[in-house]
Amino acid sequence: MPRHLLAEYPPDPARFDEMFSAPGTPRATYDALYQQLADLTVPQLRDLFTDADRLVRDNGVTYNVYGDDEGSARPWAMDPLPLILSPEAWRGIETAVAQRARLFNRVLADLYGPQTLFAEGRLPPALVLGHAGFQRAAHGIVPAGGTHLHVLAVDLARSPDGQWWVINDRTQSPSGMGYALENRIITSRLFPDLFRELRVQRLANYFATLRDSIAAFAPHAPDERVNSVLLTPGPYNETYFEHAYLARYLGFPLVEGQDLTVRDGYLWHKTLSGLRRVHAILRRMDDDFCDPLELRADSALGVPGLMDVIRAGNVLLANGIGASVIETGALAGFLPGLCEHLLGEPLAMPGVATWWCGEAPVMEQALEQADRLVFKSAVPHPQGRRFEPIFGEDLDEDGRARLAARVRANPRDYYAQELVAISRAPMLDRGHGRRLISRPVGLRVFAIATPGGDYMVMPGGLARTASEHDVRILSNQRGGGSKDVWVCGETASPPISLLHRPVEAADLVRSGPGLSSRVVENLFWFGRYAERCDNLARYLRVALDRASDAADNGIEWHALAQLGHAMGVLPEECPEREAVRLLVQATCDIDHAGGLASHVMHLSRTGFQLRERLSSDNWRTLNALTRRVGEKSHGRVGIYESLALLDELVGGFMTLAGFALDGMTRDHGWRFLSLGRRIERLQFQTGAIDAAMTMGVRGNPEWLLEVSDSIVTYRARYMSRPEWIAVLDLLIADDANPRGIVFQTAGLGDYLGRLNDSLGGMPDTGIDALHRRLLALDATLDFHPGSAALREALATLRAASASLSDQISLHFFSHSDERVRVIA
Amino acid sequence: MSQRYHVIHETLYRYAAPVTVAQHLLHLTPRDWPGFQTLEHFRLEITPEPAALASRKDWFGNLSTRVDLRQPHEMLRIIAASTVGVAPRPPAWREAGGPPWEEVAAALAQFPAAAPLDAQEFALASSQVPLLEELRLWALASFTPRRPLLAATRHLMGRIHAEFEFDPQASTVSTPVAETFSRRRGVCQDFAHLMLSALCSLGLSARYMSGYILTHPAPGKPRLIGADASHAWVSVWCPGLGWVGFDPTNDLQPDLEHVVLGWGRDFGDVSPVRGVLLGGASHEVEVQVTMMPAAQRGFDALLAEVRDRPLEETPPARPAA
Repeated sequence: MPRHLLAEYPPDPARFDEMFSAPGTPRATYDALYQQLADLTVPQLRDLFTDADRLVRDNGVTYNVYGDDEGSARPWAMDPLPLILSPEAWRGIETAVAQRARLFNRVLADLYGPQTLFAEGRLPPALVLGHAGFQRAAHGIVPAGGTHLHVLAVDLARSPDGQWWVINDRTQSPSGMGYALENRIITSRLFPDLFRELRVQRLANYFATLRDSIAAFAPHAPDERVNSVLLTPGPYNETYFEHAYLARYLGFPLVEGQDLTVRDGYLWHKTLSGLRRVHAILRRMDDDFCDPLELRADSALGVPGLMDVIRAGNVLLANGIGASVIETGALAGFLPGLCEHLLGEPLAMPGVATWWCGEAPVMEQALEQADRLVFKSAVPHPQGRRFEPIFGEDLDEDGRARLAARVRANPRDYYAQELVAISRAPMLDRGHGRRLISRPVGLRVFAIATPGGDYMVMPGGLARTASEHDVRILSNQRGGGSKDVWVCGETASPPISLLHRPVEAADLVRSGPGLSSRVVENLFWFGRYAERCDNLARYLRVALDRASDAADNGIEWHALAQLGHAMGVLPEECPEREAVRLLVQATCDIDHAGGLASHVMHLSRTGFQLRERLSSDNWRTLNALTRRVGEKSHGRVGIYESLALLDELVGGFMTLAGFALDGMTRDHGWRFLSLGRRIERLQFQTGAIDAAMTMGVRGNPEWLLEVSDSIVTYRARYMSRPEWIAVLDLLIADDANPRGIVFQTAGLGDYLGRLNDSLGGMPDTGIDALHRRLLALDATLDFHPGSAALREALATLRAASASLSDQISLHFFSHSDERVRVIA
Repeated sequence: MSQRYHVIHETLYRYAAPVTVAQHLLHLTPRDWPGFQTLEHFRLEITPEPAALASRKDWFGNLSTRVDLRQPHEMLRIIAASTVGVAPRPPAWREAGGPPWEEVAAALAQFPAAAPLDAQEFALASSQVPLLEELRLWALASFTPRRPLLAATRHLMGRIHAEFEFDPQASTVSTPVAETFSRRRGVCQDFAHLMLSALCSLGLSARYMSGYILTHPAPGKPRLIGADASHAWVSVWCPGLGWVGFDPTNDLQPDLEHVVLGWGRDFGDVSPVRGVLLGGASHEVEVQVTMMPAAQRGFDALLAEVRDRPLEETPPARPAA
């Protein structure tokens, strides 16, 4: 018997233990897992963690915590040990959750329709009409496909006698399905044999059903292909990872409100190739944000006019507008009656005993026994404020009086629930790696509507664990963790997966008609910022090197300073001696608007908007760059430290460039990213050459080769001190030099040509003509610093590349930068 | 003896930059109110020409109109013109006291319900009508024990009129009730929200009334076109009598000189014009209302005068509403 495993696992008779029926005796469902754990050596146990953490990191699974200094992406916390349920135990849960979904769908159909439940006195109107989740604008809507509730999540907890109870219902836009899937992918790799042996029910069929059901419910002509999208509020949402992950898994384009538009009674997706009709939305945006015209006027997140499209039955919204009214915990007390009335059967799984304070006698009962209840808010924001649950047992007499006063002042907004000593489950102790510790655990179960009128329950779910052993509320926002949920089957289920692509291909920017104009615009700017950072870092490295050496660099410095002024990091005519401090500042100071650090931040923010399009390696490189810049931003930094940082950053920028070059398919998205890079490079190189030419023939153009990353090539070819004619040939006319001018113009011409071929309509940009003009330059005549023709050609090109950027924006992104304003 | 009025409500938006696409939601059609108000005639004129326009009855029974504008415009002009018949209110609304207010509050809190659904709904707080303990305590000076509901409400209305100053500079469309209460000033909308909040905090049911009030030109002076404004007041639910109006801004109970546009929980439910725009940068809005007895002028002539006024003209100073 492996005593070390249970050294920190004292029995707790007050709670049901998911794994052990008696101290040291595992339940039948856990027998195999326990044996396997017992057989593992301590290093092997540690490996379980390392492997799980690596899989989480590699898959980029994150959960955004509001107000977290770490930034919004925190790695998803998962314990490797699954919660295991027997087929019998699962059947009970499955039946109860499916029944609940059917019941809620009927309740919603009544509340947003005839409201007989009010008329017959089965449900207090105040409970519904006083809840912010009741959307008056949705009354009278018969949803496309006739179903109000498409996705339901139910939070369950187990009491000491082993019975499951409903704690919460989630109907707004339930989160967790994607995390459940991610957990599954990880645990099935950690315990492959166990997974087979226990015949764990697979999840893929559930997601395939979700995808197909939404398509089936969506309004469409018989032969029409349904275009379903997943609507997200954006990358700052706490579960954005999951939105992106689910969208990819289901094959739905991931869209934000500004990607959609309403025209002529239909909903459209604004894509690079024009407007595409949208038939169905799986929404992860709260319903009151969905239409700023008819719902919340203080937000421009949604799609103006969407309500009208829904009302006309021209789009399916899952879940429907107003579904979240079900979430009020105050409903619990009325559900048994409603179930008998609407479904003609008893409610299969009880909710925890609940007292809604909106009924005066009920409120009095609740307040009398306040010390054994928890008080919760029945509405999202009672009195406009957030309300954290209050546990009566924590309160002294004074506290109870304050609670009572608060409830009495606005009784309809509160309800009380009986406290459940929820069950506990074992977790591997991260600190020791060889011990089990126990944590309170709750189970989130999901159900989806199917066209047959029945609901399908996900055979599994998301187990959520508390951060401490005595925590009474489970919340990921409060640092809790998660576990996979294994439902053992009587028969093995065949493996299928909806992920059409192997994981290593996740680097690809998705091509095809679903590419949002907004995404393309972000790719373009990502390219520009990445290149700008690279150029600036190279410049700073060279300038800092020159300014800090003992020599007086005379005309070379003068030209370098001029370029630094043009790039916004040095004042006009900056003396060499004063430059060091300014260059260090431009490297490290995050508050320096034109400096490298702030440009890296721009890059990082743009990358954030593209997060689901960047591979985890790409993302990690970007994060590392941002972190490094942030570290140096505070405190004094010396010259050598700055130079070392610049070396490191240049390396990072090269890595990003490498991903773009080697890790992305050549689709339109890639072309826009590359256009951004080339335009930026043209801007920089023309400026650098122009500055160098001011030195005249006596000036040494070596620094120009250095900032242009061409010194190695030059030395290999000429093995001499830099000569102007050769330098300018290499940097301008050599079409094999990736830093050279004609290399950029050739690329621009090629990309624009391809975009025009498939998307059409962009007027001639003049880039091709300029390209030919450069090629026509005579090296003998024009490749010297005094050439007016060369300076003029470079200046024209510089202006043309700047205007090309505007033309691209106007032509391809114009509908993506329309900002919505709300007036009232 | 009934009255007939023409009401012309003009809203003019001027944008600093062209608006490319816009959608607006209007509550500008006076509603029918069986027994008390009949809409005889209605005309809506919008420039530029909307690409689409559709109306529907909303949750509260008000007509809400959706307008889609697809052509770039720097100015949006909405003229809503109507002829409305108004019938006198029962004398009991002004004379009766009604049941003790506590009994009404108790009936509203009861489940299964003892009050109609709309009365139950309008007893609930809303985003602009919060429950406020300080306001409840203040209102209790009018709502003394067992005092008849309508008598107490009349008293409350009188106190708002007496203790609060009308000040168009003091507020915006979203001034919170607590601020109106502490600053003791505001406009008709603020007073209506304040009164609703007080009644609601007492457990009573009342709704926000959006509409117009007839103004009387000084003796010997002509009625100025466009010199009126929109107005707001409240209706209180009284068992047996229905929804009894109270106008705290003017300390009177609406009878023949108030025209109702619509009602809701607060301004947000009946906002005359709200919209979502692309472009436009910033905007200025100008609202002009004309309400006059129908006998004084023909509908078409009046509408033509409003429609044809030179737009550069600065609007005349607006009287207190």
